[in-house]
Amino acid sequence: MHEMASQAHVAHHGPPTSFIRKYIFSLDHKVIGKQYYGLAFISVLIGMFLSWLMRVHLGWTNAKIPGLHLLSPSGAPGDVMTPEYYLQLMTMHATLMVFFVLTTAPFAAFGNYFLPIQVGAEDMPFPHFNMMSFWVTFAGFLALIASFFVGDGPTLGGWTQYAPLSAVGSVAGPGEGMGVVLWAISIGLFCVGQLLGALNFITTTLDMRTKGMSLWRMPMTVWGWFITSVMGLTAFAVLMPACILLILDHVAGTSFFVPSNLVINDQLQPHSGGSTLLWQHLFWFFGHPEVYIAIVPGMGIVSHVLIPNLRRPLLSHRVLIYSFGALAVLSYMVYGHHMFVSGMNPVSSIAFSFPTLIITIPSTIIVLIWLASLYGSRLRINSASLFALGFISMFITGGVSGFFLAQPSLDIMLHATYFVVGHFHMVMAVAAMFGIFAGTYFWFPKMFGRMMDERLGKLHFWLTFVGAYAIFMPFHYLGLAGNIRRYQAFAPDYMQRFIPVHQFITIAALITGAAQLIFVYNLVYSRYRGAPAPENPWEATSLEWSTPSSPPPFDNFGGQLPVVYHDPYQYGIESSTGDYVMQTSPEQIKSVRDEA
Amino acid sequence: MSQAHVIVHEHPPGMTTGLPPFSVAAKKMAIWLFIIADAATFAACLVVYGFLRNGSASWPRPFHSIVNVAIMTFILLTSSLTMLFGVRAAKVGDKAGALRWTMITAAGGVVFALLHIREWMGLIGEGMTLFHNPGGNPLFGASFFSITGLHLLHVTGGVVALVAVGLRYKNGRYNADDLEVTGLYWHFVDLVWMFVVPFVYLLNLA
Repeated sequence: MHEMASQAHVAHHGPPTSFIRKYIFSLDHKVIGKQYYGLAFISVLIGMFLSWLMRVHLGWTNAKIPGLHLLSPSGAPGDVMTPEYYLQLMTMHATLMVFFVLTTAPFAAFGNYFLPIQVGAEDMPFPHFNMMSFWVTFAGFLALIASFFVGDGPTLGGWTQYAPLSAVGSVAGPGEGMGVVLWAISIGLFCVGQLLGALNFITTTLDMRTKGMSLWRMPMTVWGWFITSVMGLTAFAVLMPACILLILDHVAGTSFFVPSNLVINDQLQPHSGGSTLLWQHLFWFFGHPEVYIAIVPGMGIVSHVLIPNLRRPLLSHRVLIYSFGALAVLSYMVYGHHMFVSGMNPVSSIAFSFPTLIITIPSTIIVLIWLASLYGSRLRINSASLFALGFISMFITGGVSGFFLAQPSLDIMLHATYFVVGHFHMVMAVAAMFGIFAGTYFWFPKMFGRMMDERLGKLHFWLTFVGAYAIFMPFHYLGLAGNIRRYQAFAPDYMQRFIPVHQFITIAALITGAAQLIFVYNLVYSRYRGAPAPENPWEATSLEWSTPSSPPPFDNFGGQLPVVYHDPYQYGIESSTGDYVMQTSPEQIKSVRDEA
Repeated sequence: MSQAHVIVHEHPPGMTTGLPPFSVAAKKMAIWLFIIADAATFAACLVVYGFLRNGSASWPRPFHSIVNVAIMTFILLTSSLTMLFGVRAAKVGDKAGALRWTMITAAGGVVFALLHIREWMGLIGEGMTLFHNPGGNPLFGASFFSITGLHLLHVTGGVVALVAVGLRYKNGRYNADDLEVTGLYWHFVDLVWMFVVPFVYLLNLA
């Protein structure tokens, strides 16, 4: 039904025959995408489990958690979590979630699977790099998990690993020796994996597009992944040397991040001449782009999921793409807003505050485009579109608190409180998770050839949506009331009064976490027992719905690359197929659109 | 749809069948992207060095002569030139010439590395290590060995790449474009050195 052009296109590699080449050391971008998804899946389960342990400990100080001593005899003697162990769990929760879930799932997993298909390519230009990128990332994951079982456990320094405590070794606490080294190795490997991935993503986008697929005809998802990989290319390239220098401080006796005359636990440290602020500069130069690396693919997915359910294009695709670009450029210029209370020159705070307020403009434009496109539409309600709406809701709610934090004078009050915890969990973590869910419900029929259960999906959405607000909204109030973050117990009198709120949050977190089992069940059940997926279940137009089968064959398009005739989102028009025209359809469009 | 009007999208044949606008070979694009990322890595290291140097009251200036570094720079710059000759020879199909120039380039890299290691051994002999140097802030040794070590690693990798690509070019598995891609990397290693020399050597002349 779709006209295919036979192009003289050299296949990079033939289909694999052995099990190992097919499923383990696969060169197929689709298998690698699923491998990344699996890695993110395991990481998110571990990360969520760790957050449960922390939440129980916060709600009921020094509560016995049955069996916890099995996980760490020294960290939880008598099943009661030590303060240090709480911090170790917090660090591992954050590191797993930020790197191995929020960066891995929306970007590496969905991007690997769908970017080549959506631009009409057989594969990425460097399949071996692609395979290496996953396995290097997996090695990084193993290094991180290994720190649970080595020496005195994982590092307790937080995912930001602030110096000097991260650089002086075991004297700073359990896990600050070997734990930090393993953490730095893990993240260093992760950076290598991201670099290899970004090389492939960018070259695929620029070089491998099929006939007729001009840049402006690429779906919003491709734009999201493309812009994200440009950010990742330089952000991770800065984090990697930072990790190497941190390792040198541990194993080679250098003192890049340790100042002179530092006394820790009554011991004068044998380091001199370094700077603690230097680590923060290097880390946040990566760290802030990282926030957008986590969220921009989600924005692409949300747009891509919403449009077929709106049955009309968004208000403006170009403005959305320009806004993605603006986010990418500005993301490097705002990193200092993480350092308002670090002791750097207050003039720098003003200098970083200004672009931080500017970056709210593209963010707001993106949100307004979504909202204006929703206005007056007859949205098709399904699990995917619900999670896309949930993303927008979380992004707005979390984003609004960003306006406050962007101002140094307010940030000084709020920085060390739960206000910040609530802010970034909503705007980045939960929002990006909703993007992952939206993508999963939307693309599952393509990836596995079966539909997911809609009833369970909607139940999953409502429990998660209400649960996320129940967990993270109170954090804002706690923060405003002065509840310090990173504390494992709330001993001071004024914080004692917050404990009932913490107990409420803990119960909400346990229920919301348990609700994710519905998703897990839906995923596994639908994989084997779901209703067979129709060719184009969402009546969508982009190239992934033009492949000859679900899942697509090894070379994606069955030997012949598609030819693209249209913009990716031709909806709300009159055509022979209904109200939409596939990108591959040569049909001329007589579009009927409202004047308004 | 009362106020509807009809838009007919025209698609002239040329629009849908043209070549993509960025028809740069994927390998060449990938090496440029790698160079961007690697430049960010080196920039981070040089920023670390500048940050520490500016923040230190007693930064040592241990270099007494620019002779050695000038010779090293001359050799590395010359090897960039020979690389250029090699790529040019390959482009016009002069296989023997291309191979010869590539190997001369690799030899230049080896001489550079040997001179560099000799310089390192001299400095280590004077008591300068990663974590200590004879006078002033110990981070001089740390940043000097880190930055020049990272560069030396790139030179070594470049020599290995030149020999490997050169040999595969000889037996026909690689072509002139692959040689050019390797050359781009080699020029980048050279360019980085041109930042290292003023910042790390000339600023620290006694």
